[in-house]
Amino acid sequence: MSRSGVRFSSRALMANQDAFAEQAMEYMPQLYSTALRMTHNASDAEDLVQETYLKAYKGFAGFEQGTNLRAWMFRILTNTYINSYRSKKRRPDETELDDVEDFYLYRRMGGLEAARASRSAEDELMDYFTDADVQAAIDALPESYRLAVLLSDVEGLSYKEIADDLDIPIGTVMSRLHRGRKALQKQLHDFAVDRGLADAVPEAP
Amino acid sequence: MTHDHDATPTTPIAGTTDCERALAEVYAFLDAELTDAQRNQIMAHLEACSPCFEAFDFEAELRMVITTKTHSVEFPETLRIRIEEKLTYLRIQGSGGVGPDSGGEPGRGA
Repeated sequence: MSRSGVRFSSRALMANQDAFAEQAMEYMPQLYSTALRMTHNASDAEDLVQETYLKAYKGFAGFEQGTNLRAWMFRILTNTYINSYRSKKRRPDETELDDVEDFYLYRRMGGLEAARASRSAEDELMDYFTDADVQAAIDALPESYRLAVLLSDVEGLSYKEIADDLDIPIGTVMSRLHRGRKALQKQLHDFAVDRGLADAVPEAP
Repeated sequence: MTHDHDATPTTPIAGTTDCERALAEVYAFLDAELTDAQRNQIMAHLEACSPCFEAFDFEAELRMVITTKTHSVEFPETLRIRIEEKLTYLRIQGSGGVGPDSGGEPGRGA
């Protein structure tokens, strides 16, 4: 497309917004599932997604064609959530997570696949945890960790994109991901123990 | 819900300096945040070291589980219809030559 589209005639703007309606709709289920994990509430999640689409539609002239529309939509979703839905009381939640060792889950459950070589590792891990387990484990994370983990693990945004969305340095994104993921693994392990699955790990002598 | 009694033995992964270096980068690797050179270096190590490969493979599978199971929530199709209606309203409003600030939010209170 031409580079002359800096100033839009109203007609060009409309064509642009038609393009938006065509291109952006496919992301709605992903945005909704993330909104649901952000707000913990279906009604708020629906409102958040709707607000995101209306803002994106009105601001679509500012979207640079050829760049990542999906990341742009998630940025609007995240900003809208932070500005309108997030609990006002900010807590210094850097201290809310216990330190958990690296590879927490692998060290405890990684041996299971080897012990049951008849099934693939992929099937095993998929079967160990229910959808509700994974969702509850994410919901249990403190807010700032939860947002980082959602945007990275669930939506696949880059560290840079997450840093921009959350307005924090990339180093902070990395440390929140690191600690958030370990906490998530510990929570999942707790679920597995509750279900008696983790007991299947062979005891060391 | 905590399990302080949890005495499950932890499995050591691998112990060389190369292993430590690779394992420290597992997230940057899975997040596609490494340079090609760094990535190739880790790939070479994983080919040679099955304990590290197993650990990386586990983390990659876990990532897939998390992504899949978070996206598995049922999407309310009524939301799509609602949003499409509002966008259509905004478009019609725009094509009628109405200024962007002259109309209110569509469907308010409907």
